Amino acid sequence: MGAHTGTLLRLATAGSVDDGKSTLVGRLLHDTKSVLSDQLAAVERVSRDRGLTAADLALLTDGLRAEREQGITIDVAYRYFATANRSFVLADCPGHVQYTRNTVTGGSTADVVVLLVDARKGVLEQTRRHLAVTALLRVPHVIVAVNKIDLVDFSQEVFERVNAEVQAVARELGVEEATAIPVSALDGDNIAERSSRTPWYAGPSLLELLESLPTSDDPTREAFRLPVQLVIRPQGAAREKAHRDYRGYAGHVASGVVRIGDEVVVLPSGRRSTVTGIDLGERTLEEAFAPQSVTLRLADEIDISRGDIIAAAADAPEPTQDISAVVCWLGDAPLRPGQRLLFKHGSRTVQTAVRTLDGVLDLDDLHSVTAEALSLNDIGLVTLRLASPVPVENYSTSRRGGSFLLIDAHDGRTVAAGMVGATLPTAADAPTQPEGDEEWDI
Amino acid sequence: MSAVTIATEQATDATSAPTTGTTDAPEAADSRVLDQLDVLEAEAIQIIREVVGELERPALLFSGGKDSVVMLHLATKAFWPAPIPFPVLHVDTGHNFPEVLDYRDETVERLGLRLEVAKVQDYLDDGRLRERADGLRNALQTQPLLDAINEHRFDGVFGGGRRDEEKARAKERIVSLRDEFGQWDPKNQRPELWNLYNPRHRPGEHVRAFPISNWTEVDVWRYIEREDIPLAPLYYAHEREVFQRDGMWLAVGPYSEPREEETVETRLVRYRTVGDMSCTGAVESPARTNAEIVLEVSASTLTERGATRADDRISEAAMEDRKKEGYF
Repeated sequence: MGAHTGTLLRLATAGSVDDGKSTLVGRLLHDTKSVLSDQLAAVERVSRDRGLTAADLALLTDGLRAEREQGITIDVAYRYFATANRSFVLADCPGHVQYTRNTVTGGSTADVVVLLVDARKGVLEQTRRHLAVTALLRVPHVIVAVNKIDLVDFSQEVFERVNAEVQAVARELGVEEATAIPVSALDGDNIAERSSRTPWYAGPSLLELLESLPTSDDPTREAFRLPVQLVIRPQGAAREKAHRDYRGYAGHVASGVVRIGDEVVVLPSGRRSTVTGIDLGERTLEEAFAPQSVTLRLADEIDISRGDIIAAAADAPEPTQDISAVVCWLGDAPLRPGQRLLFKHGSRTVQTAVRTLDGVLDLDDLHSVTAEALSLNDIGLVTLRLASPVPVENYSTSRRGGSFLLIDAHDGRTVAAGMVGATLPTAADAPTQPEGDEEWDI
Repeated sequence: MSAVTIATEQATDATSAPTTGTTDAPEAADSRVLDQLDVLEAEAIQIIREVVGELERPALLFSGGKDSVVMLHLATKAFWPAPIPFPVLHVDTGHNFPEVLDYRDETVERLGLRLEVAKVQDYLDDGRLRERADGLRNALQTQPLLDAINEHRFDGVFGGGRRDEEKARAKERIVSLRDEFGQWDPKNQRPELWNLYNPRHRPGEHVRAFPISNWTEVDVWRYIEREDIPLAPLYYAHEREVFQRDGMWLAVGPYSEPREEETVETRLVRYRTVGDMSCTGAVESPARTNAEIVLEVSASTLTERGATRADDRISEAAMEDRKKEGYF
């Protein structure tokens, strides 16, 4: 998660079927000169074979044979492009089968989600679902690309109607800010450069906005946490004799800053010590901060093993065995109360039992309803009992300390993405029913 | 969670660890900004450590090429001052550049690694594999690779694959499941959430892990320059006898002989990728240093595979098909 770095921005694109998402991604790559001539030649060759007059830029991201054959995107594809100011890692998330799985996968690490809406169709159920997932994941920025604006004659009125609809849904879902841009991915209007065909639009192009997004979600501003991945004790195997007594705790700084001399606490044991060294390879650092991977040395010889979290002594989470969380269910078989699973948080995996299913998000009117089970792609509220205490945090204060996986112990599959302490909107704050989609069909 | 071999014995003195190297000046409080290479390095080290922490018997696929050398450099940092806690595996097609094999052996020696070699030639000699009509051996690597994984009971294999290399690789997860036949099922991949990696699998299955998935070719070269990582000499400009075939400069050698109509010339070339002599093209280049290569790659209008790999030109889905069968 690199927004605060200013140098590497992770973005995810999401949208419904046929709203031109792959075309938009292809256009972004093309207009940032990230498509090299052999890639373009291959796209032109395939386009020609299909009888198209212009290169179909969607072919740039549809990397699988089945995707090219069916003209759809099946799985998340990662693409890379750069401008003079920033480098981008782009997760292109398909909009149909497995859409929640794909959107959660792309959105969980994203600094910004670019959500496509077809100007002719306005907000669809999938738009609501994508916005709901984006809000739940607390993706720092949301950009709504109102696409195919060329097909509504570059109409300001249509754009503003769609934008109002998007803003209403975003507000109801708790998305803090969703910036809408009128674009034509096919022709490139307002993608890299501002279009002369939307003179009424005074905002930035998509690329300008991506380049200039303010720093946000800076994990170095949160309290220090380092999940211990490995204990490094070379002993006789040390590459140099001087390191035979070395003992360090290797992990990535999930949040915050740590300095030599800082007092830390090891969780869940609660034992305290002081940082005496911070190593990154053979370099010694005075301080380390998120998202660096380092090795810490401590003043005291205490029991620390993989799965523990080293945290700032003054501001440490309380380990707990009882958790309320929102989960995006990604398993083929439904989730029912009483089920046993594995819970992975940081570098620790413990057993868990699902105590109760406390609601499922109804995506039509965006509030929680009761349910017997969670099906694939459902978003639900659950109460979990953990086999041993884990120092989880509230997802609303820490994306890193509040996220977890649920894993099927039998086959190892990841079956849910979880957010500790998150809640679903209840009927009391349910929004008014959105207006029908057909009204926007032109 | 598996025991980590480097951390299994009794504790000794925790406080007396001496350090080598320099002490960096603390940065100003408002400048806690990581360079792009630092972000990518930190991510890769986290992935390497996590896979080692979760699995019993990982290995690293090491070809002597630049990406796998960067992987070894990152692994060195991830476990320092302990040695890299897994062996390296090379699938030797028999068509390798001799200088790359020399480099492979020097590197293994320098880092004190255990090297396992699976040889395509052994399979050809006893009839388990047959030469293809085109004589290329790249696609023949899959069976020896999978057999070596089974024989050594490796449950995780690190690779230097990058998503920017090729469009099927762009679809690949960082930690990616392979079934008992080594097959990749791109339509049924696990969700990969936050930076929580899940390499769990059933007996007989294994995972492939790609810690430098998010690096581009330029990132790799900038990192090689910054960290001063030694590479095989053929990555740098040198005079070589080459001939043109399918728009590529192939080296004259025992596995790539010019046909009658192909003229041999001496050109100043270097290699952007290192694969088999028989299917890896050289590019004309005067770049003799890492800095010159960074500039050259930044300005290139061809992808590294498009410029240098005959095997990927066979069809739109050549890489996808190989990957599904268990190739990297």
